[in-house]
Order: sequence, then C-alpha cells, then structure tokens
Amino acid sequence: MDFNVITNLGMGFEQALSLANLFYCFLGVLLGTLVGVLPGLGPVATIAMLLPITFQLPPTSALIMLAGIYYGAQYGGSTTAILINLPGESSSVVTAIDGYKLARQGRAGFALFTAAVGSFFAGTVATFLIAGFAPPLAAVALSFGPAEYFSLMVLGLAASVALAHGSLIKAVAMVVLGLLLGTVGQDLYTGTPRFSFGMTELADGLEFIALVMGLFGIGEIIRNLEDETERSVFAQKVASLIPTWSDFKATINPIVRGTGLGTVLGILPGGGAMLSSFAAYSFEKRIAKDPSRFGKGAIEGVAAPEAANNAGAQTSFIPMLTLGIPSNPVMALMIGAMIIQGIQPGPNVITEKPDLFWGLIASMWVGNVMLLVLNLPMIGMWVKFLTVPYHLLFPGIVAVCCIGVYSVSNNAFDVYTMAFFGVVGYVLVKLDCEPAPLLLGFVIGKMLEEYLRRAMLLSRGDPLVFFQRPISAVLLILAIAALVIVLVPSISKKREEAFRE
Amino acid sequence: MPSFVKNPKDFLAGLLFVVVAGLFAFGIADLPIGTAFRMGPGYFPMLLCILLAALGAVIMLNGIAVEAEPIKNFAWRGLLNIVLPIVFFGATLRGLGFVLALGIAVFGVSIASTHFRTRTALLNTALLVFFGWLIFIWGLGLPIQVWGPWVGGY
Repeated sequence: MDFNVITNLGMGFEQALSLANLFYCFLGVLLGTLVGVLPGLGPVATIAMLLPITFQLPPTSALIMLAGIYYGAQYGGSTTAILINLPGESSSVVTAIDGYKLARQGRAGFALFTAAVGSFFAGTVATFLIAGFAPPLAAVALSFGPAEYFSLMVLGLAASVALAHGSLIKAVAMVVLGLLLGTVGQDLYTGTPRFSFGMTELADGLEFIALVMGLFGIGEIIRNLEDETERSVFAQKVASLIPTWSDFKATINPIVRGTGLGTVLGILPGGGAMLSSFAAYSFEKRIAKDPSRFGKGAIEGVAAPEAANNAGAQTSFIPMLTLGIPSNPVMALMIGAMIIQGIQPGPNVITEKPDLFWGLIASMWVGNVMLLVLNLPMIGMWVKFLTVPYHLLFPGIVAVCCIGVYSVSNNAFDVYTMAFFGVVGYVLVKLDCEPAPLLLGFVIGKMLEEYLRRAMLLSRGDPLVFFQRPISAVLLILAIAALVIVLVPSISKKREEAFRE
Repeated sequence: MPSFVKNPKDFLAGLLFVVVAGLFAFGIADLPIGTAFRMGPGYFPMLLCILLAALGAVIMLNGIAVEAEPIKNFAWRGLLNIVLPIVFFGATLRGLGFVLALGIAVFGVSIASTHFRTRTALLNTALLVFFGWLIFIWGLGLPIQVWGPWVGGY
C-alpha cells in the first residue's frame, strides 16, 4: 500500500467522521440491522423505500447511509439466525444451521460474539482492500473504449445469470426483459420517444424507484401473504458474550479463510454476500477434520460464513465504484442513487469526486465499528422486534412505499407503475423467474445500448470489433465461458446442490 | 391449462416472454431501425425483442416436454387486496388528501391478511397515518395536502 492510499484514506476519514455523516452512517446501520432482523423485508426493498428521502441529502451522506443499510442488514440477519433459527437475510441462511445449534447448547453468546468479531475483521480487511485496489482498477478502466465497456457489461450480466437460482434460460430471458424495459423512454441520439404507448408519462422512461419497489417490495409482500403461519419467538437469555481463549483460538482460522473467500467472490460480477456465505460454509465443511460436527454446532460454521458475507458485501462495491457496473441488485440501487444525485458512475468518480469515493470507503469501516459497539448490547431489543406480527408490519411497508414513490416527482403515475410491477414481480416469482437479473438488466439497459451504438459507429458497422480488441475479446470469452460452464451437466448438478443447501 | 402442458410454470413464463416481446415489437414498429453502422432508435430494442421471443419459445417448448409440479396457492386475496388499495391511494391522494387517502389504503391493505381483525387494523391504520404525517409531512416537508379539496381542504 503506497503513501497515496493513506493520505486519501485520511481525507476519507475526515469526511466520514464529520458529525452529519456520522449520523447518517449510524442511521444506515441501525435501519440495516432492523431490516436484517425482520424477515420478509430485505435490504433491496429498504434501500428503494429510502431512496426518495436521500434526494435532499448531499451525495456523500446519501451513499454512506445506503451503504450502511446493506452491510448492517448482513449483521442483523445473523443475529436472528443464531438466536431463533430464523435467518433475516438470505446471506445468513447457513449461519442458522450451526449457530442455532450452538444457541440451543447454551452458547448463543459465543456464537454471537464470533459472528460480530468475524464480521468486523472481514469488514476491516475489505475496507483496506477497496482502498488499495479500486484506484488502479479505475485507472485501467479509463483506457476502455465503448467496445470494452459493452463486453464488460455483457460479462457482468452473464455472471449474474450464471449465479442466479434455478433455470439458466429463464434468467437470461429475465435479463433481456430488463434490458428491454430499460429502453423505454426517449432515444439517446434522436430524442424519439419509444414504447410510450400513447402515455406521456413514459416519455422519460419507467421510474426506477417505482419498478424496484414494485418488484421487490410489493411483490415480496404478496408472496409473504401466501403462508401466514405465525412465527413463535423463543429467545433465551444470552449468557456471557466473551469466550474463553481456547474457544476464541478455534475461530481465528475460519474467520481469515471466510474473509479471503468472501473478498474474492464479492468482487466477481454476480457475487456478493449470499454467494460468499454459502461458499465459505461448504469450504469449511470440506476441509474440516471431522465434517460430521457441522450441523451440530460447529463454530467454524458460524465464523467463516459470517466473515465471508460481510467481506463479500463490501468488496461488491469495487466493480460498482470503479467501473459503474452493478454486480447485484443492491449495487444496482446504489448506481441508481448516484445517477439521481447527478453523478455519472464509472472510473471518473475517483478523480472527480474523491471526497465522495474515499468518504464512502472510510465510512464502511466506521460503520463496522458502530455495528460492533452498538449491536452486541442491543441484541435483546432486536429480538423484541420480532414479536411484531407480520400482519401489523406489512401495511406500514405498503404505506412507506406509496408515499415514497409518490414523492419522487409528485406523480400518481409512479404509484400505478409500482402497483403494476408488484403484480409482475409476484407473477414472475410464481413462475420460478427470479426478479434480480431483470433489475440488473434494467439498470444497464441504456448504458449497454449507448456503448453498443458508439462501438458500432467507430467500427463502421462491423460487429467483429468486439473480438478484434484484445481486452474486449477476453471479456466476451469469459462471459461465454461463464454460461457454458453452468450448462456442463456435472457442474450444473453441483450448482443445484449448492443452492439447495 | 391444456393437457399437453407438462410444466405450467415454464409454459406460462415462456408464453409471457413471447407476448411481451410481441407487444414491444409492435410498439416500435414505426420507428426507424437504421443499419448496424448507424443504428436508429428501433435497432437495439428490436434486437432484444427477437432475442426475448426466441428465449420465450424455447422455455415454452420446455414446458411441453419436461414434467414438473404445478403452480400452487396463488395468493389472489393478497394480490388484489394489496394492489387495489395502492391504486386507490394514487388516484385519490390529490382529491382526498393525505389522511384519508393513506388511511383508507392502509386499512384496505390490512384486509389482505388472514389475521385481519377490524379493531387492531383500525388502530394500526391510525398509528401509521399519524407517523406517516409526522415523518413525511411535518418532518420532511413533502408537498402533500393533509386534507384534499374533496373534503373541504384547499
């Protein structure tokens, strides 16, 4: 790490430690923990609900708060996974397996402590990694032409498809549908309205926030209403949090391994917190001397996935910050937030908005400290929140969605758009089509078209340009490989197994 | 569902993709396509429509060929009771104002749950409207009227 990174990080901490930004960071991690604890309300829906509120904030504060929600949610999800076997987030599903067993054995405090320390360690490593790796990556990206950008986006989409649940071809179709929805609105070059179907409201395109709230907020609520069995909350007293030295020693190696795995998987397009935690768990199980301990309260089964999901959540910011390409739905929302704030995401952000870039990075570490200090003493309170029954909770979520989406441009049309995509989201889920690839396609749609048209203009209409430029060719070959690998029977079987676990 | 469909989920999903692709293709039918060199506004969308229709067709065929489980417990009650109040909120917010539009919508949404009890739902609605007003209108100052012109506001 060279000197520059340290001065830059110093500047970032100056930003992150300002009173206002500390407050928004705190608000973000607090809200994030809350939604992490509550099942049926994920970070994507929450960030979408809060996007309209962040309009009034300065860009740095807005992004700091939204980022806090994301990694705060990873944290909250694991608390309920351990205490009551109810993972609040998909990324903490594996934590519940061994974490809850430990809690049943009266060692909930140890498991919670391990999860907290693991997350904190992973968060620290990931923060410095972003600080060290993002600038050179962005410098490379500055030399990219339109052909490279096009291929890079194709790779990002292909990878997210390869890592999605279920049917590959349906995921591809969802990406294409998302791209198509993204082209609604005026054409970039000629200003011709497209797909307006006679509605003037569609001239500017579909409202991003309305689409996300519908697909992920409203659609999810309808799905939750299918089966309303009340969850029984049974939380035992958490005994001492501080483990013995020998217990602590057993967690060190899994935490380091989980951090490493999560860091790498987070950077990959399509990766992020969930994939990281699943991979870390199965890796620990494979290298364990006695794999049969897993599922019966092995502390490695808590330490490694918890470190991995936090590391993955943070390093997934790298492609977003340096290339302007979202690797998962949360990053797609962050890009949406930047565009709303008038910032063009991409490699220029580091040089043009250094205070925002470094401030955001420094705030991640600050946020991790806050999570550690705040949440361990507050575990009892978080568990209390679970006693709020869902049938009292969801009308509130609907209310916030309605007001939020209306306030974007004081327009009832956006409310209807949200309702429409709520239906679409539910129907698609019932047909086993995951909505996440659609969102990525929607965010990338306009950019992809622009780079395609520019590249083709430069090459005078020769599509081979994407294979003649070496970086572009490599990226496209990687994209094709990602899809082909998933189709190979032996690997696709493993992929199914991994998602079933 | 016709008897030759073995996997209704895939069949319907594929059908949906084909229909949407057709709709969009219809929507850009009169836009200039252009050439690969100078793409018109219709070029990229048309490319996507063709791709989506092709993918949809394959998924449909898959739905005919491979046996799978049917669609279970479609939440009609939830769907209608969530979506209709939201549309109501959008349609009446200007006329009725914040309190009534949100109150009626939230109460309507509550009916979607099988655990619906009139008294708790009313109480919950009152609380949500109050906090909604506190946060969004009093706190954030959103330009929404508390009482609309239909009920004597201005």
